[in-house]
Amino acid sequence: MQVNTTCTILTKDAPNPHAVRFSLDVGNMVRDSFTAPGQFVHIRCGEERLLRRPISVCACQENQGHDTLTIVFEVRGAGTDWLARREPGDKLDVLGLLGHGFRMDPKGRYLLVGGGIGVPPMLGCAQYAPGQCDAVLGFRDSEHILLPHEFNEACLSLAIATEDGSFGEKGFVTGPMEQLLKENRYDAVLSCGPKPMLRAVWELARQYDTPCQVSMEERMACGVGACLGCATAMTDGTMKHVCKDGPVFDASEVDWNG
Amino acid sequence: MADMRVRLAGVELKNPITVASGTFGFGREYGAFFDIARLGGISVKGLTPLPRQGNPSPRIAETPLGMLNSVGLQNPGVDAFIAQELPELKKKDIVIIANISGNTPEEYGEMCAKLSAAGVDMIEVNISCPNVKAGGLAYGTKPEMAAEVTEIAKKYATVPVMVKLSPNVTDITEIARAVEGAGADAISLINTIRGMVIDVNTRRPVLKMNTGGLSGPAILPVAVRMVWEVASAVKVPILGMGGISTGTDAAQMLLAGATAVAVGAATFADPLAPVRILEELETLCDRQGLKSVTELTGAVRPW
Repeated sequence: MQVNTTCTILTKDAPNPHAVRFSLDVGNMVRDSFTAPGQFVHIRCGEERLLRRPISVCACQENQGHDTLTIVFEVRGAGTDWLARREPGDKLDVLGLLGHGFRMDPKGRYLLVGGGIGVPPMLGCAQYAPGQCDAVLGFRDSEHILLPHEFNEACLSLAIATEDGSFGEKGFVTGPMEQLLKENRYDAVLSCGPKPMLRAVWELARQYDTPCQVSMEERMACGVGACLGCATAMTDGTMKHVCKDGPVFDASEVDWNG
Repeated sequence: MADMRVRLAGVELKNPITVASGTFGFGREYGAFFDIARLGGISVKGLTPLPRQGNPSPRIAETPLGMLNSVGLQNPGVDAFIAQELPELKKKDIVIIANISGNTPEEYGEMCAKLSAAGVDMIEVNISCPNVKAGGLAYGTKPEMAAEVTEIAKKYATVPVMVKLSPNVTDITEIARAVEGAGADAISLINTIRGMVIDVNTRRPVLKMNTGGLSGPAILPVAVRMVWEVASAVKVPILGMGGISTGTDAAQMLLAGATAVAVGAATFADPLAPVRILEELETLCDRQGLKSVTELTGAVRPW
């Protein structure tokens, strides 16, 4: 039986001035339901709020009944604002781990491409195939950069692009990404970020004949595949659901015009 | 302990808690959280004659104490339901209510025949979906059309037919009387209330369909009022729904005149909500010293 777990916030910090990071004691959740990096948790944000908030897992670890899980999020609305005001020791009602993550071989070679608040789940990928990933991360500006040291530690290389050029290469992730695709062969490009970025990443990966998996986002209600709210269009004309069929899809099956 | 069994249009439910169509899929997902056989019944995701992909996203918007949806009846079609989902559901000791929507009265009739033959316990005729263009709500807002669909459903169904009413009408009792007159064995209400949420920064409606159906605790008092009105207007039993998230909410719905209730959006917040609500209702019945939960039905003492 799947359960919603009462989790305890162990630590809280701000990886940048705009984001909040929690590490959580999630009981046996990781042992019971981890299948791949890129899964998500569905968190209740106060009694009076009907809808939970889906947040991608940044990193997680089994630990004998006290599994730990890290999430990083930005305040986007009333739900995440409530969440950001929780403190260490507070309890959270968490459903998880949910969804299908990135299909990875721990011995594989991957190019990880993250954008903005889509960056944290890519760290889970980096740690799943340690020392075998190159990472390209894109942010609005230097103030929004997330987790550079963690990626440096887990990856072969790290390139950062900022839209305003205040750190790293000026521009989007596709610049450093193309350089790496020219120089290396990857088993796959794995990506999470805003939809226009994912589309650009997919088009570039395709040019270099490299498979590409993307983590999609949609407004979600149940989180488990019952309400059919978080639909995303596929090239075959069907609607799949981010919570149950995803959040990670093969970029080739996503209808980018849908 | 109070006897929790109820009879809805001749069908015995082991307790008055069911789950509402469109909030519980075909029982597979939440079946991973609890044994769905603990519930009185399940109304499955709304079925149509052919598979439907539903509306474009976003389909979900949060609202104060509730949510909007514009899913638009995404479903695998009645034949796939019968072949792939029904056999699994039939293994469980739970009353199966097939919720159906058609574009024409004939489509309703055809689905009633197929589903009756396939062995569902009851059919819920949806004439109240606010998220599809043809059929759906159009049948639910005009008494004569509601009656026509009910008559056809009754003609082809060999199991009890329940008609699900829309709250998006001026006088719901008018529609209730029309479907009762056309032979409905039971009435369920309410479907969602049409609503809209606008993103003030983009000046766009949050839902891609612009409007959607409101559900959740926000609509409970509207649902209780409408169940009360319909219970006063018709003799057929009522399955009450709309915003139920506690045992007390369920008891209100029964007191207003419902024989059984359905839990919907509450399950999204708490996957165990249907069983929790059942336990809370049992406790309430015991506290009030009731021998049977049926003592609550219609027992409101209006001023």
